[in-house]
Amino acid sequence: MNIYIYIACMAGVTFLIRVLPLTLIRKEIKNKTLRSFLYYVPYVTLSVMTFPAILHATQSPIAAAAALVAGILLAWFGRSLFFVAVSSCVIVFLLELFL
Amino acid sequence: MNRRKWFLKGMRAGIPISLGYFAVSLALGIAAKNAGITSWQAALTSLLINASAGEYAGFTLIAAGATYLEVAVMEAVANARYLLMSASLSQKLKSGVPFWQRLLMGFTVTDEIFGVSISLPVPLDPFFTYGTFCVATMGWTSGTFVGVLLGGVLPLRVISALSVGLYGMFISVFIPEARKNRVVLGLVAVSFAASLACAYLPLISKISEGIRIIILTIVISLIAALLFPIKDDESKEKEAEE
Repeated sequence: MNIYIYIACMAGVTFLIRVLPLTLIRKEIKNKTLRSFLYYVPYVTLSVMTFPAILHATQSPIAAAAALVAGILLAWFGRSLFFVAVSSCVIVFLLELFL
Repeated sequence: MNRRKWFLKGMRAGIPISLGYFAVSLALGIAAKNAGITSWQAALTSLLINASAGEYAGFTLIAAGATYLEVAVMEAVANARYLLMSASLSQKLKSGVPFWQRLLMGFTVTDEIFGVSISLPVPLDPFFTYGTFCVATMGWTSGTFVGVLLGGVLPLRVISALSVGLYGMFISVFIPEARKNRVVLGLVAVSFAASLACAYLPLISKISEGIRIIILTIVISLIAALLFPIKDDESKEKEAEE
């Protein structure tokens, strides 16, 4: 088995998946249901990916839960993406010193 | 705004992503090392594939001596959510973007780059996304490279803290929209609950995480689209706000 053929297989399949919709759907979609569906997709998929996966990302699920709650509050009150991301890391690091 | 300004704006958005990527890809590099992959090969993989779940799954299968076909199928499953994101982007893209740039745009689709691209209040100029990608991929590729070299040297505590950063980025994409739109707020709550249930329910929890994400995304978004169709001027309102 050749590692470079493995990499080529992975890259080829992933590239196809990523470019097919962008190249095939050239026009504005008129269908209201489909438009609504595509509007909701990003928020639903990011939410689904965040929870409960975040709880298993760290050593301590409690620290992760605290970071999740803090992140939601910070984002709700308009903090930037960078601020939210760094704050959640700091919270986990500090909490895991004690937990 | 011209191309150069969009590119620079995109690069700025890419800095936190790049830092988060660096952290996460350190862990990925360690997985690559366990699969017997060298640091250069791992960096090449990250540069070409740019997908955490997909690369993890790939390295795991390679370590297990899987066939090329098995690895290809695994990639399709682990990365199928990019189909949906790519379809969403096709509607977000400004008009008149040529074919070769659509190929390039497709290549850059990742959860986080997609997240910042879709959350722009105006039709998307591809050069914004290119700027984000260039900065982000530096963190991703170099992190994988360093991860293989460091192996188990880095303290677990540091990796643990860093790996939550990506979720912080996700949160700061969907929460601001949830604040503006009650339906999105409800959807976030429903998505959390459904995702939690599916992670622990018997049988369903046996399905791979990649597939679960796709199924949940399609089902929840479709129900929302049927119950709460968006108003036609939704995108225009967003532009006017800025």
